[in-house]
Amino acid sequence: MVMVAATTTASHLTSTFLSTPDFCGLSRSLQWPHMQHALEPHMSKETLEYHWGKHHRAYVDNLNKQIEGTELDGMSLESIISASYNKGDILPAFNNAAQIWNHEFFWESMKPDGGGKPTGELLELINRDFGSFEGLINKFKSAATTQFGSGWAWLVYKEHKLDVPNARNPRPSEEDNKLVVVKSPNAVNPLVWEYHPLLTLDVWEHAYYLDFENRRPDYILTFLDKLVSWETVSSRLEAAKVRVAESEKEMAEIDADEDLDTIEPEDTDMYFGSEAEDAEDFLDDE
Amino acid sequence: MALRTLATRKTLGELCKFQQQIRGVQTFTLPDLSYDYGALEPAISGEIMQLHHQKHHQTYITNYNKAIEQLDDAMSKGDASTAVKLQSAINFNGGGHVNHSIFWKNLTPVKEGGGEPPHGSLGSAINESFSSLEKLIAKMNAEGAAVQGSGWVWLAVNKELKRLVVETTANQDPLITKGPSLVPLVGIDVWEHAYYLQYKNVRPDYLKNIWKVINWKYASQVYEKECL
Repeated sequence: MVMVAATTTASHLTSTFLSTPDFCGLSRSLQWPHMQHALEPHMSKETLEYHWGKHHRAYVDNLNKQIEGTELDGMSLESIISASYNKGDILPAFNNAAQIWNHEFFWESMKPDGGGKPTGELLELINRDFGSFEGLINKFKSAATTQFGSGWAWLVYKEHKLDVPNARNPRPSEEDNKLVVVKSPNAVNPLVWEYHPLLTLDVWEHAYYLDFENRRPDYILTFLDKLVSWETVSSRLEAAKVRVAESEKEMAEIDADEDLDTIEPEDTDMYFGSEAEDAEDFLDDE
Repeated sequence: MALRTLATRKTLGELCKFQQQIRGVQTFTLPDLSYDYGALEPAISGEIMQLHHQKHHQTYITNYNKAIEQLDDAMSKGDASTAVKLQSAINFNGGGHVNHSIFWKNLTPVKEGGGEPPHGSLGSAINESFSSLEKLIAKMNAEGAAVQGSGWVWLAVNKELKRLVVETTANQDPLITKGPSLVPLVGIDVWEHAYYLQYKNVRPDYLKNIWKVINWKYASQVYEKECL
């Protein structure tokens, strides 16, 4: 079974799933399934009946079946995602696991009477990294429109890192961490790139076809104007910054332990030997 | 006097057209269906057929035409980086146009023979390779249902080996990306837009029903052309 602990939206990245026979626990803020009409007229009740009630539910049912009795059973959802992503050589459980995560993240990205503008620190970073709120909107619209086939558009918080596993920024500063818009195909999400997701929009056709048919641009506009919950994005940003600061602190502590300047003399011999020995060997060969 | 002017204008007009043809690119237009939008019901609804043809396929063509005109422009200017950047738009939209053009020919109303099993050489080849049409259909339905996200499931013939294969492709990748000798005989669109309004999330029901309107006569023609 995929196990779940209750979470708040702020700690969303550590959430896992509790699946009960009635499949409750999703999107506490929207209290599915009782309020599937809550996002009307921007996202219809019918869409939610299928999108949440069939697509999302099927991912949960199928993952539970897939992991039963395997080593993934009992792991947290994020761990299952990471293990089955398998550095890009994707294993069967990935699609279901990642899609569960993606959809939960999507529902919580929206609220009735959403839209408007972000405020506070989120707005500051948006202005810093996109020039303006309109700049972000344009980038996000473009990513969502040009994700060909099925997939997702994301706003993420990106730590300054090289794309190699053991690279570290020697002088991390808040300036290096950026807000970025990315898009991903099918079930892939930015967790696998070690970004911190802040906002997502589902652009699989099932997300908009009943309400908008082929008119994906209209769906994207409606999401941004009427549905997005910038408060949720703000609290996710806060949580991401806390996590980044904690991991930088951990890295600094590891660095302190592994200080190469404290190599003992015996160790040096192992690497460099001594000049006198080398000279003798050379003479012997003649 | 007037007659001479007329002749000159006509000649000028033809000259302009000639110049357009040698300078411009060959652009594409939406092919007509040989049946009405509602003629495939109840297997595929008229609403879906109309949207699928007039909106989705048309959009691929519009964007493909735009991309190849931009490519032509970039190439004539020697702008390599723009030419390379356009490749994904060309693949997506060109692939979409190619695939859907095949798809409309793969379908036909029941009263025109839709769903009638293949006879002749294709029928025998199917029995040889898959033991029966039912087994082939089961295999294609399983593979089509298993496509993650958007894509197609194909029955193809490898024209070098003269062998039938079932393949899937992602997004609008043409079948050729799975093998240079593969010729499509039957392609089934499993993008959600192909079935969602009617079948919602139940892709397997769409796959089960579409065989009632598959045009095996067309598939046989293509097969015979490649293999006989």
